[in-house]
Amino acid sequence: MSQFKEKAKILNAEEIKRTLQRLTHQILESNPALMDIVLIGIETRGVYLAKRIQAIFKETENVDIPLGTLDITLYRDDLTTVGVKPQVKETKINFDLTDKTVVLVDDVLFTGRTIRAALDELMDFGRPKAVTLLVLVDRGHRELPIRADFVGKNIPTSQNETVEVRLSELDGIDEVAIGEKV
Amino acid sequence: MRKSNNINWAKKDLLDLENLSREEIELILQTAASFKEVSTREVKKVPALRGKTVVNLFYEPSTRTRISFEVAAKRLSADVINIATETSSVRKGETLIDTGKNIEALKVDIIVMRHNYSGAAVMLARQLKASVVNAGDGWHEHPTQALLDMFTLREKLGRIEGLNVSIVGDIAHSRVARSNIWGLTKLGAKVTVCAPKILIPPAIEQLGVRVTSNIEEALAGADAINVLRMQFERDSGKAFPSQLEYFKTFGITKERLKSAKKDIIVMHPGPINRGIEMSSDVADGENSVILEQVTNGIAVRMAVLFLVAQANDYIKIKK
Repeated sequence: MSQFKEKAKILNAEEIKRTLQRLTHQILESNPALMDIVLIGIETRGVYLAKRIQAIFKETENVDIPLGTLDITLYRDDLTTVGVKPQVKETKINFDLTDKTVVLVDDVLFTGRTIRAALDELMDFGRPKAVTLLVLVDRGHRELPIRADFVGKNIPTSQNETVEVRLSELDGIDEVAIGEKV
Repeated sequence: MRKSNNINWAKKDLLDLENLSREEIELILQTAASFKEVSTREVKKVPALRGKTVVNLFYEPSTRTRISFEVAAKRLSADVINIATETSSVRKGETLIDTGKNIEALKVDIIVMRHNYSGAAVMLARQLKASVVNAGDGWHEHPTQALLDMFTLREKLGRIEGLNVSIVGDIAHSRVARSNIWGLTKLGAKVTVCAPKILIPPAIEQLGVRVTSNIEEALAGADAINVLRMQFERDSGKAFPSQLEYFKTFGITKERLKSAKKDIIVMHPGPINRGIEMSSDVADGENSVILEQVTNGIAVRMAVLFLVAQANDYIKIKK
């Protein structure tokens, strides 16, 4: 196992909170009536971010936005390469996606391959009217023609750097850090 | 914080439960829980095993296990070929190893095998680079059946640890019983086996089970009862004077269940001999989870196929 050698903190807890509030408002701006909006969090950290966004909608607009979770393991394109030994987590979408506007939520946007897998999986659940993408961090280096609609923070990185998003639900603290695998 | 993510599946085959650790068994059950959702989707298919080929090689008749494996493989997008040996070159005298190597030469990734000889799956797995999944070998083990029984128990009761589980029927000739005993005891359940004395193998207590020939004793305090099929094709029937007598002495009836816990879970690996192991009103009654077992079998077999395929890919890359 390679180790993460931290270089700098990018976001602290307060900044993550404010960023999510801003992103929630951007969703609202793009769809003021919140018509047929659903949130789909990508396992693992995307799910917690989606839950927080759902809570902000409830608090500020007093609306309940449906929330689903997506585990893309079974749709990965690297299942048969480089020693991937994935853990299969749960996909849970308890509502019909047909004609909904999906906001896909993930922590870090990097190559775009996770999103490709997520889109394939979503389409097996129905035919949404539109799919948009929300990420906390966009670190560049796309390998597919994919872009995010709502971006928390753009962080220019080099290929050998990594971005770690830590969330209190899983990691005991809210922060985003940049570092290198050593 | 979430734990349990540290353990990985590293075996290319699934041959038995005897040689699995508690953690490995729990990993299969956990993975199966994730796979169960796939069968509830409108598109009941995920691309996880796209491009893989699975051969079902069955040396004994089987409907539900073979179909369950076939459905599982297809829901993972694998290609499936079924070989029933009655209509194959096995009839011309080809040995098991030769058959296996020929199948492997077709670039098949996973062989799911049922064989009437105990140990056949282990022997084949040693000879092949392809993954081998034991779908029942003689009187030895039937690991996926026990896994789906445990999955069903865990789903119904939330745990395995500390449960009282009674297995009733032909213990001597039953691979289902043996796999269940290994799996349940590893996960901390207390297992009782119940059968006419002649159908209880000597020294079975050494596996850590309680033995009785009294059905009331097996039912008392049990959280679940797993009723085995009387295997008339495998000599079970010679052990007692008549089927009616077996039913009278060991058959599970509504009347008998009155002495058991009210919400006792009744399982059966199928196919049921109605009126021999259990009465119809029990088989179709509220305590029965027999059809849920069939549904859960798909999820468990999807998990097993997925895990062995991943592990085998990993092994090949490392070399």
